Amino acid sequence: MERVDCIVVGGGLAGLAAAYGLAAEGLEVMVLERGNYAGAKNVTGGRLYMDPIRALYPELWEEAPFERAVARESITMMGDGAHTTVEVASDRFAGAQPQSYTLLRARFDQWFADKAAEKGAMIVPNMKVDELLREGGGDGRPGRVIGIRAGGDEIGADVTIVAEGVLGMLASAAGLRAEPAARDSALGFKEVIELPAGVIEDRWRLNEGEGAAHLFMGTVTRGMLGGGFVYTNKESISVGVVVGMAAMLNQAEPVESYKLLDEFKELPQIAPLVKGGTVAEYSAHAIAEGGIARVPKLFGDGYLLAGDAAGLSLNALVTVRGMDFAIASGYQAARAVAAAKKAGDTSVAGLARYERALRESFVLKDLETSRAIPRIVENPRLFMHYPRAVSKLAESVFTIGAQPSPRLAKTVWKGARRDFLSLATLKDLWSLRKM
Amino acid sequence: MNIDAKLGLDVFKLDKEPQIVVKNEICSTVCVNRACLYVCPADLFELDDQQRIVVNWEGCLECGTCMICCEKDALEWRYPRGEFGVQYRMS
Repeated sequence: MERVDCIVVGGGLAGLAAAYGLAAEGLEVMVLERGNYAGAKNVTGGRLYMDPIRALYPELWEEAPFERAVARESITMMGDGAHTTVEVASDRFAGAQPQSYTLLRARFDQWFADKAAEKGAMIVPNMKVDELLREGGGDGRPGRVIGIRAGGDEIGADVTIVAEGVLGMLASAAGLRAEPAARDSALGFKEVIELPAGVIEDRWRLNEGEGAAHLFMGTVTRGMLGGGFVYTNKESISVGVVVGMAAMLNQAEPVESYKLLDEFKELPQIAPLVKGGTVAEYSAHAIAEGGIARVPKLFGDGYLLAGDAAGLSLNALVTVRGMDFAIASGYQAARAVAAAKKAGDTSVAGLARYERALRESFVLKDLETSRAIPRIVENPRLFMHYPRAVSKLAESVFTIGAQPSPRLAKTVWKGARRDFLSLATLKDLWSLRKM
Repeated sequence: MNIDAKLGLDVFKLDKEPQIVVKNEICSTVCVNRACLYVCPADLFELDDQQRIVVNWEGCLECGTCMICCEKDALEWRYPRGEFGVQYRMS
């Protein structure tokens, strides 16, 4: 059996961050990627937040192939024929050190793979891992992971970093984590629509190179957990929908998921933005939304879990994160494996430093802080009642009718009493304190 | 643009064997919800003239939503072999 120091399953952001760090430490590392190239199977519905990861591999980010630095954040609450948008712009969002960038995964991940290869990592595309090899398991214990089987080949390693992505097929087959459940998962799907850079900058009122991020909640998902999004890339935009799987299953009259995106694009506030664009790609991906309660044990004899495979993602409604967690967990995985190798102990005890490091970093701290969110956002009133009520109230404030108008305060009071002064709203507010 | 046209924009390398197999003996006996017919973002599942579920797996985007949502474990689902399946150029 061929042997290396470390096998990385999956050439996404977590796996490549691990491989880059390990190769830089002089370890022999092999990344097995089932796609034709790194990024071939990846989809982002968003952006990469930089501040959490800037200090990790600081030499990398200056030349990374980002799309646009996000200068403006918008959230639209959509009601019936009326919508209300909150727009936030800050000089600091896209200043000297932008806080977040949009990116496209096929391009970005290939660049990252090249960087890891330059450090000495072996990147093997077109290679699907079929099984994690174990020894000494039984009685419900997973045993030691000693390598992988891919096709007819077996490859041994002191440590296997499982960064296989959100479905976690290999890890769950080996009993290292649970299979994803509908209640803790969402479906994201999008179109990448090509538009000239100048058109994007005109339509979104952006300076050259700057970008916008825009989230939509309410009627776009027909009140189901989730929402719509638009992110501007250099010469394209990503337009998509995220919808909770359990919410889809609980619909009284089920709608085909793909239709939600067509409906979204036809909305009067979206149609002019995508007009004249050329749809270049259609993609879909599952998203782990269970939060810290669904994060499995992250290490054991001979293995670590990283990135989406470890459930490291966080949807906090206004901010949606995953790629920064993936890179940080890959970074910590590399450090932990390098230290364990040096100490000559890649057992569960030797690798425990990985989870410890993640507990001390923003990764598990932020997930812990947001522990309550996955259950809070199961409340359908957040996605149906409130976007409607806010839009209705805002619309009434800006309306002049044929009859004499009441005082503004009275209009506001009437709307507030109708839609916000209820026991249900108080209960919802009480639950939101844990956001 | 209909869903087939959207899938036509993507690059697929087709494997010889299906990556999704429907166990209709389960679907036709214990499944009421038939979620696969509406959760798939590529709309790959449909009923044939005998009301059996068929899947046009060739257009699979590999998101796994059907597998996660199938409450009766009636889908045999796996990733295509290495080098096969959808190959995103942007996403």
